[in-house]
Amino acid sequence: MNLIYNHIPDRCCSPQRKQKSPHPLLLRSIFLIIVLVIAACHTREKRYNQHVLPAEAPTSPEQTEEFAVEAPPFTEGIFPCSDCHNELEPNPTRRELDWHEEVTSIFDHDKENRWCLDCHDLNNRDSLRLASGKLLSFEESYKLCGQCHGEKLRDWRVGVHGKRTGQWNGQKHYLLCVHCHNPHAPKFEPLTPEPPPLPQKISK
Amino acid sequence: MKKDNSRRSFLKNIALAAGSAIALSSCDMKAIDNFLQKNFRTLSKDEVDDIIASLQQEYKEKYGKEFTVSAKPATDGILFGYALDLSRCIGCRRCVYACVEENNQSRDPQIHWIQVLQMEKEKGIDFADSNIHYNPEKVPEEGHFYLPVQCQQCRNPQCTTVCPVKATWQEPDGIVVVDYNWCIGCRYCMAACPYGARHFNWAEPSVPDDELNTNVHYLGNRPRMKGVVEKCTFCIQRVREGRYPACVEVCPVGARKFGNLLDPESEIRYILENKRVLVLKQELNTQPKFYYFFGV
Repeated sequence: MNLIYNHIPDRCCSPQRKQKSPHPLLLRSIFLIIVLVIAACHTREKRYNQHVLPAEAPTSPEQTEEFAVEAPPFTEGIFPCSDCHNELEPNPTRRELDWHEEVTSIFDHDKENRWCLDCHDLNNRDSLRLASGKLLSFEESYKLCGQCHGEKLRDWRVGVHGKRTGQWNGQKHYLLCVHCHNPHAPKFEPLTPEPPPLPQKISK
Repeated sequence: MKKDNSRRSFLKNIALAAGSAIALSSCDMKAIDNFLQKNFRTLSKDEVDDIIASLQQEYKEKYGKEFTVSAKPATDGILFGYALDLSRCIGCRRCVYACVEENNQSRDPQIHWIQVLQMEKEKGIDFADSNIHYNPEKVPEEGHFYLPVQCQQCRNPQCTTVCPVKATWQEPDGIVVVDYNWCIGCRYCMAACPYGARHFNWAEPSVPDDELNTNVHYLGNRPRMKGVVEKCTFCIQRVREGRYPACVEVCPVGARKFGNLLDPESEIRYILENKRVLVLKQELNTQPKFYYFFGV
């Protein structure tokens, strides 16, 4: 240490300097002022943090089964199905359709094993049909999807799968599965991204 | 005492009076009021109301529009938390621009509170190797995943502790906010933030008049000025009214989740209890309230 610092004049510890040390009372008062300022700041912050609105009463949790969903996104003019199907003879034989080209051309939902009447009802065309035979309106189609995708349905019910809008602590608007996934070709379509951020400018 | 009635002293006094009058008239009362305004956290209710009223007046003159400036405080029993589903995000950047519009971020120079990082699945979360300028025809791209980063709303925020003037702090409901009137623009907080979540107004911000959001909060999306730092506030103007943040509502894949961490029934709590969750840069002990999870 001495080897490194011996060329620096030992100013701070010279005897003249030592005699001039400030009065202990002055030091104490400075210290006291600093403590007071810090304490004052902390009390102010504390007071601000206590200034909150009272907690609100929890919003009615009675809606557990009923979801506020939008109407199903039908292709225009396609519903009610009975408008056309009432005049047709129901045919339960599994076959390649030569009708409904808009569906058959894109159909990709376990194509090997499934066809129309696995979800649509033979006799009541305006209804969906669960595997149990129970009829279901199109507004409740999530129950139909949930027959196979039970884990997704569970997440959707609690608000984890899918998009919610509305109030985070109140009325939430749900979307049906079919608002995002085409039921006949459910894979999510890729999107065009919005423009990337501009490169940072050095000067204007 | 002898009175000095000389011509010299008369001219001196006149010059002094004229100089002071000019100096005072050049800055109106509002500028003086602004200059003398105290730190937001030390203001009384009445003082806040006065400031809000004068801000509304100022914005009306400046932008020709009626603004609703709120200063609604936090509500007891609420701690905001956010979760983002990494398995769903496709990197479409809808959130980035919804945030820009909702929060009146400057278009030129450009400020984005959300940055979407594209990463390679093979490498995992690797900030050094991430890319924010990806721009393919369609997203998601093969072999990549996307990680949007914004303010992580830390429980232990380092940006607030370094602020030399206490212009930024954590609200009782957990949102880290900035008082733009108190910020001196030293940018210490930007250096302290490990997530790059704070942004500086290097020039006077510009927002087209017809794209201004007039529903603003004092601590959030009100128009900023040159030389202040800004950041994501979980859309404080929306969430304190019970609404979802703008990025949550716009996300086309539903990857963004928001709620009250203190409410055991909330979706955010469900995620924390049932999904695989991570936070960014956990080793820094910033304790974010912004979680990333895998929904599948």
